[in-house]
Amino acid sequence: MATSFKSASGLKKVRGLGSAKSGVHHWWLQRVTAAGNFVLGLWFALSLLLMPNLDHASVVAWIAQPLVAVPLMLLILSAFWHARLGIQVLIEDYVHAEGLKLISVLALNFFILGTGAVALFSVARIAFGA
Amino acid sequence: MAEFALPANSKITGKGINYPAPAGATRTRTFKIYRWSPDDGQNPRYDSYTIDLDKCGPMVLDALIKIKSELDPTLTFRRSCREGICGSCAMNIDGTNTLACTMAIEDVKGDVQITPLPHMHVVKDLVPDMTHFYAQYASIKPWLQTVTPEPALKERSQSPEDREKLDGLYECILCACCSTSCPSYWWNSDRFLGPAILLQAYRWLADSRDEYTGERLDALEDPFRLYRCHTIMNCANVCPKGLNPAKAIAEIKKMMVTRAV
Repeated sequence: MATSFKSASGLKKVRGLGSAKSGVHHWWLQRVTAAGNFVLGLWFALSLLLMPNLDHASVVAWIAQPLVAVPLMLLILSAFWHARLGIQVLIEDYVHAEGLKLISVLALNFFILGTGAVALFSVARIAFGA
Repeated sequence: MAEFALPANSKITGKGINYPAPAGATRTRTFKIYRWSPDDGQNPRYDSYTIDLDKCGPMVLDALIKIKSELDPTLTFRRSCREGICGSCAMNIDGTNTLACTMAIEDVKGDVQITPLPHMHVVKDLVPDMTHFYAQYASIKPWLQTVTPEPALKERSQSPEDREKLDGLYECILCACCSTSCPSYWWNSDRFLGPAILLQAYRWLADSRDEYTGERLDALEDPFRLYRCHTIMNCANVCPKGLNPAKAIAEIKKMMVTRAV
């Protein structure tokens, strides 16, 4: 019979690799971007609702204004960053295999940065009239 | 991935034994109790015991003790104080983690189903293995830590106002009802400390006499140890002492932000 040399107290496992000494930044940024999403999302939704005409030409003309393009780009940054932080927590909650977890977080970052860049570029293109 | 289903040898597929109502009993109740023994190689099962409530005390623990004394001495469970102060008889009764000694039988409608605390390794029947939970408690150093040497010939004083800050924290009896009701603890108990231990950690963070607040926060600042709490609030719902571990965790998060931002 194999002898178990595991620590009887279980403390070896609980103390593990020690505290990561991080986490508050992630948590705080999630709240900051949530506030950003709320304010900018409200502005975006209200603006669309108050627009007399929602056809392609008038919406593009609206976005092209600097005071619309800038907050819209901020909304994109805030929303995509918030999604990145939130989905990472979800992955950490449910994906336990270290390798798969690493790949998932990597894929998440590539996806968020990629789609976020496309969204920002689209607004910039309208704003700069290309 | 997180384990959403029981392992094959933990599924409750065993054929239960039925202990019928005693002859002449008019007020009866059936207790469906989780049974598993490490010695017989069988899957867990539910045994059903129907008892006469007129010959039994009012609490679920009274029924368990009666069953063990009169019907089935092999039924295994922890109990000690029978008045909600030791935390030994924590188990899942009628779908909710609670103490068998403070849960009245008449507060359960229909059959009383009893299982061990969820998502814990089972030692036998209703007895979960608490080793990891206690190790987590030890890891937060649940004692007063100071830089200032102990005052000579007198105690460390604390104003009544500062003492009041420990109300709602010191009452915790470490029964583990809250931690084992928390989905974050189910999926990540290897690294997440869980509501009970975090409430205890805050009990020392909030103590006016403790001088190791910074070191304690350092040890907790971790994406898993602290930040797996997603304010699901099952902890506050089930606590048999009426405490609010979720609030204590929120206070720890506030302290973390205060020193970082």
